[in-house]
Amino acid sequence: MSSLSLAVRDSNTMLRRNLLHAWRYPSGTLNLLLTPIMMLLLFVYIFGDVMSAGIGGSGADRSEYIAYIVPGLLLMTVGSTVIGAAVSVCTDMTEGVMARFRTMAIYRGSLLVGHVVGGVLQCVMSVVLVGAVGVAMGFRSTDATALEWLAAFGLIALFALALTWIAVGMGAASPNPEAAGNMAMPLILLPLISSAFIPAETMPGWFQPIAEYQPFTPAIETLRGLLLGTEIGNHGWIALAWCVGLSVLGYRWSMALFNRDPK
Amino acid sequence: MPSSVMRTSRQGDHRPSPTAVSAVSAVGLRKSYGEKLVLDGIDLHIPAGSVFALLGPNGAGKTTAVKILSTLITADGGQAQVAGHDVATAPDGVRAAIGVTGQFSAVDGLITGEENMLLMADLHHLSKSEGRRVAAELLERFDLTHAAKKPAATYSGGMKRRLDIAMTLVGDPRIIFLDEPTTGLDPRSRHNMWGIIRGLVSDGVTVFLTTQYLEEADELADRIAVLNDGRIAAEGTAEELKRLIPGGHIRLRFTDPASYQSAADTLREVTRDDEALTLQLPSDGSQRELRSILDRLDSAGIEADELTVHTPDLDDVFFALTGPADVPNQPKETVR
Repeated sequence: MSSLSLAVRDSNTMLRRNLLHAWRYPSGTLNLLLTPIMMLLLFVYIFGDVMSAGIGGSGADRSEYIAYIVPGLLLMTVGSTVIGAAVSVCTDMTEGVMARFRTMAIYRGSLLVGHVVGGVLQCVMSVVLVGAVGVAMGFRSTDATALEWLAAFGLIALFALALTWIAVGMGAASPNPEAAGNMAMPLILLPLISSAFIPAETMPGWFQPIAEYQPFTPAIETLRGLLLGTEIGNHGWIALAWCVGLSVLGYRWSMALFNRDPK
Repeated sequence: MPSSVMRTSRQGDHRPSPTAVSAVSAVGLRKSYGEKLVLDGIDLHIPAGSVFALLGPNGAGKTTAVKILSTLITADGGQAQVAGHDVATAPDGVRAAIGVTGQFSAVDGLITGEENMLLMADLHHLSKSEGRRVAAELLERFDLTHAAKKPAATYSGGMKRRLDIAMTLVGDPRIIFLDEPTTGLDPRSRHNMWGIIRGLVSDGVTVFLTTQYLEEADELADRIAVLNDGRIAAEGTAEELKRLIPGGHIRLRFTDPASYQSAADTLREVTRDDEALTLQLPSDGSQRELRSILDRLDSAGIEADELTVHTPDLDDVFFALTGPADVPNQPKETVR
């Protein structure tokens, strides 16, 4: 077998291991889904009236606000799900089974590739679940074409890839799984200071640049544009740049950590 | 001892060059962690098909040596070849020939024993049916069939260790590293493990094991190296090592100070312990020497309350080579 096909085969084996873990212990992934779903319920049903009025929605009709926050919460779901990847990478790195993998004649990166691909698949699954809750609450896209749906999925997958690589790096850098979970926590908090819940323009002036230029806001605005037909502007390119940049950064960071001599 | 006759692999694949006669050879291996020097230039030569034990106290550098030879970490200096491949320049060649069971359980606790085995089969690129066959066979051989469908995290210490070794054997490695394979096991599991290791050897594989138990090295190994403070303090067969230390002696204990005194006068060359009323004579433990001592005591009409014969064992070697001198029950006088 060529080295490429060996790399694919080993990575595939590691991916199946990763998915088997997720399948055997679904509580880990499902727990991470609680935050975005709680946020969705809280902001729509409890704060909904005020929020709706705040974004200039017409009166007590919450449907406009549901439409506003669902794209943000879908990407928050990504930020939340990848915490699981950080924890499981760290668990692997700190356990004896890692020494076994390292002393076998397998493709060196297969373990990380398995975690990343598995992480992205779990993100997509989670986004579909949260999306389904959103639809049940009344979210509808406005005239999105098939191409726009495809682009939306592509954006979510790319965003998931970027954050998963970062989370894998965090997992590899952490001394224990608890620390990995804590280190990855900002990934679920960043959406709170993005345009997920309220438009960035309504934030205090000094804070606007922070909200505007962090990775979540351009991705959320792009997703909003694709699903709801709002103006995307240059958000699309900025989102793409963030995704590629974070992926490359996370990849190089993870590989450097992974290739260090273990203690 | 198989020092000149080398067994070659029956597999025939990934074989070393004809000049490589050792399963493992190392020259001047050095490794330090920061300021701490862990391996200070060790040389090893392990013939294929033999069992080699690296014996040493905690912190002697045993695990570090295994990690370097199994390509887990890189050495700071020196050279090592395993299965004819250089560990630094051709680690994948080494990895294809070895199996490693580390000190800490290298099983995936979240999946079942069977899934662990099938994972190994996949990573060794066995076909599905071949993988299933090998997994079932090894689970049976290591008495794990009944637990095959349970998560490995629920296994007992002994079961985990057996699964660990079973996983190591999936790729049919010709050289197996076992880092403290019986540490933390109860006596029954330890004896089981010894049986397993003997079974591996009869298959013709080379076994490199580390242990802090002298008995274990004595039981299993063809050759033993004593590692202390990052250096090989002595190397040889168990018998050769025991010969290094003339630790054999006969000990006579008295309750009556008068007979103690007269015995001390009668027998020359004794080491006295006036407080415990014991005398110690160097001895090779032979029947003739024992008889001559008894005869001398008899003719002087002296009767000792207790007589014990102490023959040198690996403990003596171990303590003499590795220890600070203040070891209980090992009077300095025995080492003359």
